[in-house]
Amino acid sequence: MAARQSERIKTIRVDALARVEGEGAFTIRLRDHRVEDVQLRIYEPPRFYEAFMRGRAATEAPDITARICGICPVAYQMSAVRAVEKIYQIHVPPEIRALRQLLYCGEWIESHSLHIYLLHAPDFFRAESALALAKSSPELRQHIERGLRMKRHGNEIVEMIGGRAVHPINVKVGGFYRVPTREELQRLLPDLRWGRDAAIETAKWVASFDFPDFTDDYEFVALQREDEYAILDGVVCSNKGLRIREEEFPDHFREEQVPHSHALHSRKVSNGEAVPGSDRFAGCYQVGPLARWNLNRAMAPEIARQVEADLPVRFPTANPYQSIVARSLEVLTAFDTAIKLIEAYEPPASPSVPFEPRSGTGAAITEAPRGMLYHRYTTDDRGILTEVTIIPPTSQNQLRIEKDLYLIAPRLVELPEEDACWEAEFAIRNYDPCISCATHFLKLQIERQ
Amino acid sequence: MGKKPRVGVFKFASCDGCQLSLLDCEEELLEIADRVEVAYFLEATRLPLTGSFDLALVEGSISTPEQVEQIHDIRARSRVLVTIGACATAGGIQALRNFASVHEFLRLVYATPEYVETLATSTPIADHVPVDFELRGCPVNKTQLLELISATLAGRRPNIPRHSVCIDCKRAGITCLPVAYGVPCLGPVTQSGCGVLCPSYNRGCYGCFGPAQLTNVQGLVQAYRRAGVPEDELDRLFHTFNAWAPGFRESTRPVPKETEGNTEH
Ligand code: SF4
Ligand code: SF4
Repeated sequence: MAARQSERIKTIRVDALARVEGEGAFTIRLRDHRVEDVQLRIYEPPRFYEAFMRGRAATEAPDITARICGICPVAYQMSAVRAVEKIYQIHVPPEIRALRQLLYCGEWIESHSLHIYLLHAPDFFRAESALALAKSSPELRQHIERGLRMKRHGNEIVEMIGGRAVHPINVKVGGFYRVPTREELQRLLPDLRWGRDAAIETAKWVASFDFPDFTDDYEFVALQREDEYAILDGVVCSNKGLRIREEEFPDHFREEQVPHSHALHSRKVSNGEAVPGSDRFAGCYQVGPLARWNLNRAMAPEIARQVEADLPVRFPTANPYQSIVARSLEVLTAFDTAIKLIEAYEPPASPSVPFEPRSGTGAAITEAPRGMLYHRYTTDDRGILTEVTIIPPTSQNQLRIEKDLYLIAPRLVELPEEDACWEAEFAIRNYDPCISCATHFLKLQIERQ
Repeated sequence: MGKKPRVGVFKFASCDGCQLSLLDCEEELLEIADRVEVAYFLEATRLPLTGSFDLALVEGSISTPEQVEQIHDIRARSRVLVTIGACATAGGIQALRNFASVHEFLRLVYATPEYVETLATSTPIADHVPVDFELRGCPVNKTQLLELISATLAGRRPNIPRHSVCIDCKRAGITCLPVAYGVPCLGPVTQSGCGVLCPSYNRGCYGCFGPAQLTNVQGLVQAYRRAGVPEDELDRLFHTFNAWAPGFRESTRPVPKETEGNTEH
């Protein structure tokens, strides 16, 4: 230790990692040009959801947990209602499930379009923002305008069913407060058909980008279903043979607190033990669009599979920079699914299923735009929460992001300071890290010893 | 052409939902971007924090020692500072800690609480620096946000009404939920601005725009007690996203003494 203190450390610092939703910081520590360690720190002040929710009614979980993340409130509401419905043994009819799926498609469209066009695409042009990109050429402005319009049509689905785009008010345990009429939903169809075409253009555009050459042996984890591209429910699967029910999640994944971060990391374990191989990154895994598309593309709608087949990017891919292509194919999937759900829509006999509170424990996972979102609740017999566990996608990806940074770090140190910072941010944005989810402000620091 | 006004968007403890409402102004966004210089907006651009601002839009509550310093810095750099959303105007849902022990909360969520830096309370921006205008809502309403931005840039007072949701609801001719169905609704004491959203979806208002001016919160509490709303349910109803807003704060519970100051952990 004494030796270390006497060594000269050079520090490169970026004051904030922009265009990620939230706040965090990265440090890359090098010794003799060898990467010694990498840290992703989360600065987002803790908000203590899991603590203050104790003593609240389980029926409040969808509205309260929505406020964990303003970008994916529907995901929080969906995981919450499904977990509570398991405890209360509520089975919602297929019409209500279909409406939930439609609402979720709206959020996927809005969140993915935001990330592709406003947050991630500027990286491929080395532009500081989408606004700057839009100003740089009429052609690029057209792309950005298309992205904004796609996003708006996603918002419109959420607004129609949920009442508003951020923190919808219409979701409840057992169903909805009010369900839309056929006519109300059908009014959305012309714009959604436009959106489906726009999503095809999007996929072609982003697949034409230059992707940095990078790959690793990833474990991709996602929900899977045999009959549809899983969003609302399914079996937890991976490309390394994992196949478990959502209740079994805690047996296979463990959340850990790390000194440098307010967010909790999760890693894959087997029988409660860290997987062998035990370097610092053992058990890291990836969730989100790339994981889902790699695992579930066979279940995607035909149009999305056709479009994918003609792209210059081949799937499955283990290049995280190509996640933007997977994301665009998921936007296409979401538009197409939304159209079909609306065409087949029959309003449920009643907007929600009645229930009685009871004591018990229930866990549910749904596919938030950024990946699996796990909720687990325990209630007493009056339906008051006694225990709450929420594992957002960003804390699941965190260790994996650190490993990607660890792998590119040797290249970063050869670069001029500004380029190094930018490259690191670029790699992080592959994961669309919604840091408010994982608790959040990003700084990059490279310490050279 | 004169210099474009410099606008900054800042975030404290929050869910990003209010600043996202700004990105949700899709059409208007590129137009606004043509009229102003977006000089700081972490969610949308890589530009670093420098210089001064004609308008600072602040989201989120103050909940760490570092944030106390940051908000003073931002205030010093900004000609007009407005807060957007319940986190910034009232402390947000995370202000529920103000009624409890933060040490207990730390222990529940983190294995090693010493690593986590936090204040015992989550408080509104106006508790720390002078605020020129507070825009309510969890989240804020897009139309109100655009009105606020254009009014501020034009140097006029924004046209944001202070009456209750209940008044808008009557005007819209919606069936009164407490009267017709016995559903507890905070519409009579909540500030308008959402467009009577919940009642038009057959749901009681849960107060996400915070207390309206000149309303009788205690009168409503008494009325719901008489109607048989269980005490714990009534207490939860008033203590959500604006739990710490004066009016809702002390509606059903005494305000704990020890959390009045901003004691550090
Ligand atoms: S007021 Fe509500 S919507 Fe706005 S940042 Fe806070 S929690 Fe999010
Ligand atoms: S009715 Fe009340 S709770 Fe619902 S959106 Fe309006 S202010 Fe918020």
